[in-house]
Amino acid sequence: MDLDLSSEQQEFQKMMRSFVDDAIRPHAESWDRDGELPMDAVAQMAGLGLFGLVFPEEYGGSGAELLTLCLAIEEIARVDSSLAITLEAAVGLGAMPILRFGTEGQKAKWLPSLAAGAALAGFGLTEPDGGSDAGATRTTARLGDDGRWVVNGSKAFITNSGTPITSFVTITAITGERDGRKEISAIIIPNGTPGFEIGRPYQKMGWHHSDTHELAFNDCRVPEENLLGARGEGFKNFLRILDDGRIAIAALAVGLAQGCVDESLSYVHGRSAFGRSIGTFQALQFKIADMALKTDLARQSFYRAAWLKEQGRSYRKEAAMAKLYASEIAVEVARDAVQIHGGYGYIEEFAVCRHYRDAKILEIGEGTSEIMRLLIARELGLPEG
Amino acid sequence: MNIIVCVKHIPDPNLPGVMDGFRLKREGVQGVLDPGDEFGVEAGLRLKEELGGEVTLVSMGPAQAQEALRRGLSMGADKAVLISDDSLRGADALVTARVLAAAIKRGAFDLVIAGVESTDGYTGTMPATLAELLGVPQLTFTTAIEVSDGRLRVRRQSADGYQVVECSFPCVMTVTAGVNEPRYASFKGIMAAKKKPFEQLSTSELEVEPDALKPGQEVVEVSLVEQRKAGEVLPDDGQGAVRIATFLKEAKVI
Ligand SMILES: Cc1cc2nc3c(=O)[nH]c(=O)nc-3n(C[C@H](O)[C@H](O)[C@H](O)COP(=O)(O)OP(=O)(O)OC[C@H]3O[C@@H](n4cnc5c(N)ncnc54)[C@H](O)[C@@H]3O)c2cc1C
Repeated sequence: MDLDLSSEQQEFQKMMRSFVDDAIRPHAESWDRDGELPMDAVAQMAGLGLFGLVFPEEYGGSGAELLTLCLAIEEIARVDSSLAITLEAAVGLGAMPILRFGTEGQKAKWLPSLAAGAALAGFGLTEPDGGSDAGATRTTARLGDDGRWVVNGSKAFITNSGTPITSFVTITAITGERDGRKEISAIIIPNGTPGFEIGRPYQKMGWHHSDTHELAFNDCRVPEENLLGARGEGFKNFLRILDDGRIAIAALAVGLAQGCVDESLSYVHGRSAFGRSIGTFQALQFKIADMALKTDLARQSFYRAAWLKEQGRSYRKEAAMAKLYASEIAVEVARDAVQIHGGYGYIEEFAVCRHYRDAKILEIGEGTSEIMRLLIARELGLPEG
Repeated sequence: MNIIVCVKHIPDPNLPGVMDGFRLKREGVQGVLDPGDEFGVEAGLRLKEELGGEVTLVSMGPAQAQEALRRGLSMGADKAVLISDDSLRGADALVTARVLAAAIKRGAFDLVIAGVESTDGYTGTMPATLAELLGVPQLTFTTAIEVSDGRLRVRRQSADGYQVVECSFPCVMTVTAGVNEPRYASFKGIMAAKKKPFEQLSTSELEVEPDALKPGQEVVEVSLVEQRKAGEVLPDDGQGAVRIATFLKEAKVI
């Protein structure tokens, strides 16, 4: 059994660490305060080829494994969850559907700029009236007489949908009925299309400088060829995309948890109470030991899911387990890190304060913890309720 | 333009150094490309991007030093040469310069770039010696680099400002930290580095007399740097600002 990263992955991880320390750490707090996606940081990440890691070389990518991307996401999330989710969503939700389900024409048109990080794309599944029940989509797309889709409806919480370099959002919409059931398809809506409106950014608990908007479509018309994947396959395709995304979200959660472990370790060395370093108190030592334990197990779980995928084996359950476990321990570890920091943990100058706010969404986005448990139960053969 | 960049693999300066007798332990400890040499590699890559040509990395060190060379290749250098030989353990700056000069002379070169000094030994004498052995001029302590009319023109840091100096190729140039901002290796670069030419040589493959490889320098004593003393605490009795100012004046800071 080989649990080692390849030597190239190890070198890449080291490089990522120094990049994050030099280019991201010094700014993370102020970016969070400003609440806007720092485009120069995105450009630097693009310069490192991060947005193209997992894409084939013919589209300007590096042809790397999903695990390599996860390593990058983990390293960024140790310090800055907003940038980590920007990368994760750009690749997993924005570009990946095009690679997996796009025609040659769509791939040639969109992938090179996405892989270069020169453009971003969003994926709109969630609607104001429902996310977990993604099949309950209300947005409609009707093929008009002029051979164009006419889209009406709205989408909620769409990551990377309104940045200065967003080129399109892929949405799910009802395109008709088949056997008495809604037919859901995916359609590419370029930003700037008349009738496509991007709402104001949300005021979020965390992920402050990740870009999230509500989107509205009012008789928004796009060419028929903007259909992504087969008609009626939109929903099914989407769910497949989310499996990979879960491994990457687990990596993000592990990064956040590791960041909390690191911050706590250095904090207890420098702080004293009752005449001793607080690091000598067993109560805190046990807390930190537990934090490190959970973080490490969560890391193993996403490594395993990524490995199974690379082997071409089924990984749906393992990806859900990794996402569920990593996101829940991230929230616990962040809470404990704040506790270890005492009052300073509640102050924004201390990174754990931001990590605590950033952690919660991990139990919600790309499938809530409840949905993960449902999915695992289904994989275990338990019946639908 | 044929650009040679001298690079060194050193024990990670962020970790406490381990001694092996009077020498720094180099084998079996975590090592890195000397951070000072990253500026040299970057300078070489930028000149290549501007003028075309090739960047060759040259290093002398234990087998493990190939990690540093790989790092430079990942950043974008074209090929690497490592001179590694048991007989070179304990080599001093002069021996190092002889070995590097012999390796560099095997081919044509226009420019040899090195850091001002290594981050482990800090002798700072190797590049100047190398220039002498190669018989070419040297531009040292460079803080800005330009090539115009086929000549190298640099800003040279001096104690009270800078000088602008230039010379023709071939030459040796040493770069200061901060001359540029070294790039990070991308994953693509890391993968590409695996396939780039990598040559490992022993001293017998170089034109150097065995006698020239014997260090002329002997380390007779090594002692620890004095621990930093606790600072002085000045309770503020209303005169705090004045006392701090006096202190800074005495330290010739203001
Ligand atoms: C910052 C941010 C970024 C996001 N980015 C994107 C994006 O880019 N694209 C996108 O499409 N979406 C995005 N989302 C949406 C996110 O994926 C959804 O919020 C999430 O899937 C939950 O959907 P919901 O909010 O509609 O909650 P609901 O589905 O209404 O869930 C409410 C509660 O009910 C529970 N629940 C629902 N169904 C069941 C069930 N069957 N059994 C048990 N419990 C159940 C849920 O677990 C949850 O606790 C983002 C959200 C946020 C906050």
